[in-house]
Amino acid sequence: MSRVFVHGQGAVSPAGWGVPALRASLEQGRPLPVQSVPRHGWDKPLPVRAVPPPPARPAFLAHARLRRASPMTHHVVGAALEALGGDEALVNSGALRLGIVSCTMTGGLSYSRRFYQEVMQDPAQASPLLFSETVFNAPASHLAAYLDTSIVNYTLVGDAGAFLQGLAVAAQWLDDGVAEACLVIGAEESDWTAADALRLFERHTVHTAGAGALYLKAQSPAATPVELAAVTDSFPATCAADCGESAHRMRAQLPAGTPAELLCSNESGNAAWSGWRGGCFTPKVVLGEAFAALAAWQCAAACDAIQRGKYEAANVSITGARRQTIGARFVKPKYQTTEPSQPP
Amino acid sequence: MLFPLPQAPRSRRVVVTGAGIITAFGAGWRINAEGFRAGRSALRPVTLFDVSRQRCKMAAEIDLTEDLPRTRLSRGEIRRIHRAARLLLLAGHEAWSQSGWKPRDGLPVVLGTTSGEMSLGQEYLLQALRSPHCFKRQPTRVAHYLVQQQGITLSRALGFEGCLTTISNACASGANAIGHAWEMVRQGRAECALTGGYDALCHLTFAGFDSLQALSPSPCRPFDARRDGLSLGEGAAVLALESLARAQGRGAEILGEIIGYGATTDTHHLTQPHPEGRAALAAMKAACIGAGVTPDQIDYVNAHGTATPQNDASEAAAINAWAGPRAASLPVSSTKAGVGHLLGAAGAVEAAVCLMALRGQWFPPQASLDTPDPACFFPIVRRPANAKMNIALSNSFGFGGANATLIFRRWS
Repeated sequence: MSRVFVHGQGAVSPAGWGVPALRASLEQGRPLPVQSVPRHGWDKPLPVRAVPPPPARPAFLAHARLRRASPMTHHVVGAALEALGGDEALVNSGALRLGIVSCTMTGGLSYSRRFYQEVMQDPAQASPLLFSETVFNAPASHLAAYLDTSIVNYTLVGDAGAFLQGLAVAAQWLDDGVAEACLVIGAEESDWTAADALRLFERHTVHTAGAGALYLKAQSPAATPVELAAVTDSFPATCAADCGESAHRMRAQLPAGTPAELLCSNESGNAAWSGWRGGCFTPKVVLGEAFAALAAWQCAAACDAIQRGKYEAANVSITGARRQTIGARFVKPKYQTTEPSQPP
Repeated sequence: MLFPLPQAPRSRRVVVTGAGIITAFGAGWRINAEGFRAGRSALRPVTLFDVSRQRCKMAAEIDLTEDLPRTRLSRGEIRRIHRAARLLLLAGHEAWSQSGWKPRDGLPVVLGTTSGEMSLGQEYLLQALRSPHCFKRQPTRVAHYLVQQQGITLSRALGFEGCLTTISNACASGANAIGHAWEMVRQGRAECALTGGYDALCHLTFAGFDSLQALSPSPCRPFDARRDGLSLGEGAAVLALESLARAQGRGAEILGEIIGYGATTDTHHLTQPHPEGRAALAAMKAACIGAGVTPDQIDYVNAHGTATPQNDASEAAAINAWAGPRAASLPVSSTKAGVGHLLGAAGAVEAAVCLMALRGQWFPPQASLDTPDPACFFPIVRRPANAKMNIALSNSFGFGGANATLIFRRWS
């Protein structure tokens, strides 16, 4: 059986640049302060949580491909490099074949909005520099160029669950020998249009932006290993009535959980997890809604908690914006739960 | 479970048992086979949006008068289907019907698109800017703009459930989607998969390519010495893939076999390929190695051939280097001259064209070419011709350096 280990995680979030900042915010458990963005045609601005500027100008911004790139690309590269750690040099030198799976729901929204506004004013004057950054795979392409890796590179577009699907795609590449290591990244961008649209569905949820990343290999790292134990099937809920059923089907594919385990869900109060006896946190409450990026932060925080010895295992539960329900499980490599699975 | 990966027999043969296609030639295999075999051009003036301020004013626009087939969708759901989802549904329904598959759970779907239902995003923004206090139809626009919704609509219409994966690797999306689905079936992770690509024309994309000065004001001429840009189009193609054992076990009609897939990343520039086509060459080599074939065994190449000066020069260099002495007699053509560049659908539609050509034993001629670029060491198919073909290769290259090559074998 093929095995997949987490060799690093990265996060650029409203909590700051780096996993330590994400961890500190989640441990405090209080919603982060909100900022305001002007909402076109309204006096009252929209609340959002933006990524704060990095403590120091990242060196990667000097790269020719990244100077004019979108904020989303900067966040993707920031999270990816943190996850890669010392292996960045191996990839750059061509000694390590790195595959990249980048996941998003809304993509480079701010450049798309700006470009289309220019088109509406006068198509003949619209900026080609903006347009080329609007393609969904621009951040993954810039990251590959920065790392100088020409191995396979996918951008998956879907709801938050796309990030967990991305983990499974990376596992396939590692198993097939297509890549020796894989970065899986979830990223979203902040723009007033996204915050405006989110309010149509979740009036009190704050839109946020950023990126998260996991760095995966088939071999166990020497220190503090975390293993990807499972990614469940993706269970689509085709009408509101069977959302709960999808969540139960997802949970049935994961062990029941013990007090030594963590549940990291993107929904609070999901009935499928009633009776959960372990630790629990919901990063969305602290950070806001960032779809694929939020899923990536959930996984990064779960792996971080296992590495730091706080839990033996962690289940990540995602209910996507179009009601795909999917879960993942990370464990300390020798940990085996004795609990049975939930009945379907 | 998506992971751990199932332990199943590997390197299985994967065949195509259903194919659906819609382009500016029309909807369906037959009408498209006629158009591609004859080397027709479907380029015409754009009517979907105002192009009076653009350099280019033509595209291969689909006359979308076709009624949707009867499916499991309600009338309300059908009313909310927009252009891209409609194209996908028409192609998907044809592939599904041809395959003879029955509604079931657990059928993986892998799709490629660059912009999904972008025109709804445009409508959303227009209303938010012009009538910010009016929310009428805005929630529906948002819900149906999201890329995953088009795949969900397809699965609801045909009555199956399964993991939906949407790859957006720019103009290689459709080829990447088919390649990924092929790997899933080949490696025993699925018995069958529905896969393909789709994209509809929209103002943002059209204006974007125009702003890059990548569009030709006249019908595009791939590999022509005086080529001056691409022509856009729209469409969709969907393939039903399954293991050979499963297809033969149920007595399915087999349309062709996929035998190779290579995917690489060109890091030269966001929108321009490396002048020597290094990543394209690597993709073709990887696909050939996977398929266990050499360039001498390839009978036809369906080139990416966008007709931009950079793409065609880079691809010609890659084909020359890959094929070596075989290049001098290797028939190559770009069917984008007929139906335009279909972006996320291109790789899927061109896969369907290769299957048609292998099945019908003809070379797809290129609709327009005046003076072949001397950088092309290979002959470009210019006139309809019958052929003896056993293996065809299809290239798809995209913004961001996404490169994908697929190889198909005739089923006989």
